[in-house]
Amino acid sequence: MKRIYVKEEWCLGCHLCEYECAFANSGIADMVKALKGKTIHPNVHVEDCGDIHFAVNCRHCKDPICVHSCISGALTKGEDGVVRIDRDKCVGCLTCVLVCPYGAVLPAPDGHAAMKCALCTDNGRGEPNCVKYCPNGAIVFEEREAAE
Amino acid sequence: MDLYIRPDYEVVRNTDRCIACRVCERQCANEVHTFDPETGKMRADESKCVNCHRCVSLCPTHALKIVKTDNTYRENANWSAQTINEVYRQANTGGVLLSSMGNPKPFPVFWDKMLLNASQVTNPPIDPLREPMETQLWLGKRTAKIERDEKGLLKDTLAPQLKLSVPILFSAMSYGSISYNAHESLARAAEELGTYYNTGEGGLHRDFYRYGKNTIVQVASGRFGVHKEYLETAAAIEIKMGQGAKPGIGGHLPGAKISADVSETRMIPQGVDAISPAPHHDIYSIEDLKQLVDSLKEATEHKKPIIVKIAAVHNAAAIASGIARSGADIIAIDGFRGGTGAAPTRIRDNVGIPIEMALAQIDARLRDEGIRDEVSILVGGSIRSSADVVKAIALGADACYIGTAALLALGCHLCRSCHTGKCNWGIATQRPDLVKRLNPDLAYKRLVNLVSAWKHEIEEIMGGMGINSLEALRGNRLMLRGIGLTDTELRLLGIRYAGESL
Repeated sequence: MKRIYVKEEWCLGCHLCEYECAFANSGIADMVKALKGKTIHPNVHVEDCGDIHFAVNCRHCKDPICVHSCISGALTKGEDGVVRIDRDKCVGCLTCVLVCPYGAVLPAPDGHAAMKCALCTDNGRGEPNCVKYCPNGAIVFEEREAAE
Repeated sequence: MDLYIRPDYEVVRNTDRCIACRVCERQCANEVHTFDPETGKMRADESKCVNCHRCVSLCPTHALKIVKTDNTYRENANWSAQTINEVYRQANTGGVLLSSMGNPKPFPVFWDKMLLNASQVTNPPIDPLREPMETQLWLGKRTAKIERDEKGLLKDTLAPQLKLSVPILFSAMSYGSISYNAHESLARAAEELGTYYNTGEGGLHRDFYRYGKNTIVQVASGRFGVHKEYLETAAAIEIKMGQGAKPGIGGHLPGAKISADVSETRMIPQGVDAISPAPHHDIYSIEDLKQLVDSLKEATEHKKPIIVKIAAVHNAAAIASGIARSGADIIAIDGFRGGTGAAPTRIRDNVGIPIEMALAQIDARLRDEGIRDEVSILVGGSIRSSADVVKAIALGADACYIGTAALLALGCHLCRSCHTGKCNWGIATQRPDLVKRLNPDLAYKRLVNLVSAWKHEIEEIMGGMGINSLEALRGNRLMLRGIGLTDTELRLLGIRYAGESL
């Protein structure tokens, strides 16, 4: 399947992806309206350490430990390979947050559920917004054999 | 910081739009932007701004713009604000003013005072989408002698040639003045386009030896990074006698840009200014030049064309005539608007002549003397578009060097601060965190796009003139007409005025 990969070599640590992610998942058509004066809760996070930067989001694992750990059946891996979360089913136990080895599942801002990246398949964008707006081609959306 | 000088530009932030994402802050190497946690708002210190537009381009909500300040001195037609500030700056520092990129002064641009012809009725235009159009060309001597071997077969007596699929090459920009990633982008683009890039005088990084077939290596007065392997790797060797941005003086690379890698490639100490001598200390005449041309040919077994590059200066035609007789295969002429990574401001802005005049005079002189076929002519020094390329070829050039246009394609916004080594676009810097901002995977495609677009336009323009090959356009000055030019300018350019028939 096509996944999001980060080329650490080219990540500038500008954090634009975080804002583009928060905007894409806001459901609001205007970025200023969506994000101004608000604390953002993106599904992608840029890790910074000195001159090293890279963006992290859900790997959509082949055998996702978060799905196994989910006590309410809210997390599923679809036929397309995308790991999604059903907020209505999620009871907010946050086990998935604890087990994800990448730290890619996070508590939603309301604290009652978890949230994660669904490759922008759930917000009408069509293609991952972080990939589209990365100014340096550091985030790519592609098929890689090794990952399958 | 000079107390007397107010910033030339102001950073204007539309607070209704700013979402305080701090991208501007993270992307500014000059530390203009800061976030104030107390108010939750961004602030800007415009005294540090060089107007490079990195923040403007990356702001996701388009909240930023840079405007010219309307702060003004008492108006004075003789003493402009810039002139006054330069006096203040020198009074403060006691130093020579440094600048980067090409001459920004409002001198006439003769390309913009020449119009091209098109065919109507009697000589039909050619449609390049449906008919063949030749943009391939060869650079080198065209004076092959007809000689036969004992069996009566023709011997190959043609001097080595450079084959180009477009009449455009990337001009000399050294590793040091520009970054590793900028060099990689130029090299990869040259390979894909079937043309050449030029190392400048900074040597060639080992990683780029594999692009040797598309590399022109330079031998300049400082001889930085010159060794046998360097010469052997290249497709051609360019002797740099002068540069359009700073005729009469040598290259100047500030120590801050001499990283460990640059130092190794140039074979010079790290962190110390690299100032090339003004002359080549072994060249004081055409005869001396011939010795260097011959030595380089000898060193590379006469397999590579030798280019001699000079700045366009008052006596360029006579000098070019000498170069053509020195055994060089190609003459490169660099006009006074050509760019640089660092030059004394006064030299950049006041020395040299327009490339259009130098080219017209050199081509005419070589033809008059019957030695035009001894050399090909390359011109550079602010070739800004495909129209400039076509006009240059019609004036007598074989092909054009582009430097500034190539840098613009890579993202340069002409802030002219290359000499500070803090290029926010990752081009004219050696700081690793800034260099990585230029991803060659994306950047080389932008160069390929630019030159491909120009190639299409050149084909369209030539087709319109009823010309189907560069060969037929070269030196075809009847395709040019002047507008807004004096009789002297027309005479020097060797063209007629708009409206004048044959």
